[in-house]
Amino acid sequence: MSGHCRNRRGPLLLVYAALVFVFIYLPVIVLILYSFNRDGVGGFPPRHLTLAWYRQLFADAPLWDAVANSLKVAAGSVTLSLTLGLLAALALDRASFPGKALFRRLVLLPLILPGIITGLSLLMFFVFVGAQLSLFTVFLGHGTALISVATTELFAGLQKMDRAQEEASLDLGATPWQTFWRVTVPNLKLSLIAAGLLIFTLSMDEIAVTFFLTGRDNTLPLEIWGRLRRGITPEINAVSALILAVSVALIVIWYRVRTRGLGADARELLERP
Amino acid sequence: MYSNAYKKLVSLPPLLWVGLFLLLPYALMLAHSFWAVRDGMLVRQPDLHNYVTLFSKPVYAAVLVRTMRIAAAVTLCSLLLGYPLAYYLSFHAGAPKELLYQLVIVPLWVSYLVRGYAWKTILGSEGVLNGFFEYLHLTHGPVAFLLYSPFAVVVMLTHIYTPFVFLPIYAALEHIPRTLVEASEDLGAGAAQTFLRIILPLSIPGLLAGATFAFVLSLGDFLAPLLVGGASSTMIANVVQSLFGAAYDRPLGSAISVGLVIITVSLLVLSERLEKRWRYQ
Repeated sequence: MSGHCRNRRGPLLLVYAALVFVFIYLPVIVLILYSFNRDGVGGFPPRHLTLAWYRQLFADAPLWDAVANSLKVAAGSVTLSLTLGLLAALALDRASFPGKALFRRLVLLPLILPGIITGLSLLMFFVFVGAQLSLFTVFLGHGTALISVATTELFAGLQKMDRAQEEASLDLGATPWQTFWRVTVPNLKLSLIAAGLLIFTLSMDEIAVTFFLTGRDNTLPLEIWGRLRRGITPEINAVSALILAVSVALIVIWYRVRTRGLGADARELLERP
Repeated sequence: MYSNAYKKLVSLPPLLWVGLFLLLPYALMLAHSFWAVRDGMLVRQPDLHNYVTLFSKPVYAAVLVRTMRIAAAVTLCSLLLGYPLAYYLSFHAGAPKELLYQLVIVPLWVSYLVRGYAWKTILGSEGVLNGFFEYLHLTHGPVAFLLYSPFAVVVMLTHIYTPFVFLPIYAALEHIPRTLVEASEDLGAGAAQTFLRIILPLSIPGLLAGATFAFVLSLGDFLAPLLVGGASSTMIANVVQSLFGAAYDRPLGSAISVGLVIITVSLLVLSERLEKRWRYQ
């Protein structure tokens, strides 16, 4: 049936779809292309291709400090949000407590609300409790906001899990603690990896919340943001190209892990980011 | 099968954490919206004057209208790009469908800043596009309106949210039983008729979800106007940002934020209701 459909409307639609792909990918390709351009970030065509900007980038100490800061924050956020997200997913899956419906919605709020709202709320909270803004407050902000992602992913994982295994473990005399580490966690391994990768990527790239919570030390996106105001060189293109390469790699791994972990139903869950 | 101790152990830490680091901060923002700043000091005397200010000074309504117009333009453009793409992939792409699908969703999670920056280098007066026009002798001298205009904000946000819009539409299209489409064609309906009377109505929940994503996400954006928009495209979140910074009126900024949250949440609830009404079965 789609055969004769394709014959009549196919070509036009194909061209349109191809153009949309061009729109999605061309800016990024242009960006990478100009990271090799000797004469700056604009103009046409790019001339005098060079690796100078990459050399400059690798020698740029403040930039690498920012990378190190981002890595610290992201590693911390992954740990924090996976831990709390796992507990939250278990609680939502297995316990009933007053305010459960509210809790479920509250956890998801940082995903739904504009980043500026979550960022400013946390800023006021830190001011309120007298905390000094630093990478630590950024970490608390990321870790808390991304519990939403961990909870969603791990809750989906728990729903797929066969509870009989846990039951068997408990019946055979294992303590709940042993059962948790030897049955529950290994069963959730793929969901944990998938959630961890996603949280890591999102934390590395976060600006809206970080913008308000950072002290003297910059994360990588904020360091780039600061440089954009001081005039731009293809060095920013070069660092962007590297960021893109790393995040595409992580996302592809994430997608593979997740599809494998959840089987045929993965698509169903992926429909709603 | 799980003991009470187990249930307490798993639910208490996240409850306490979320209560302390999410509920309390959001509540603080709500509280601030009723407070005031006098002589640079925060005065904790609750009243509604911030909200009165919002409704009485036309400048806030003007920025809100501009924000809504930008968000509406982004939504419309993302739909115009995302829907046909999803339709093509779902019904006509054939074997490379899975790969193409992944190619659309990868950018979804890839750096907002990098993609915004890309547009800055493309649209600037000495940017790639102007260079390209000169190269083709289409223009003499740079076309200035490309960057630092609401146009640039719409282009950048459309680029970012098209994959968001694509996803739920594609999912909805994939769920349409192909037998329905076949039946329609067997009964003599043309391709256009089948699309308008079968496919489009059945994809409305996905379309609504996608449109809501794009609109809501654009509504609260403050980075795009800073990056590519300039002063002529200040959006409501930029007003909030400046009230928290240089203008130092956190209570008023909080009141605008509360308004933004109310708009966002109502739109999401409304869209969920509508999606349910249009759901197939």
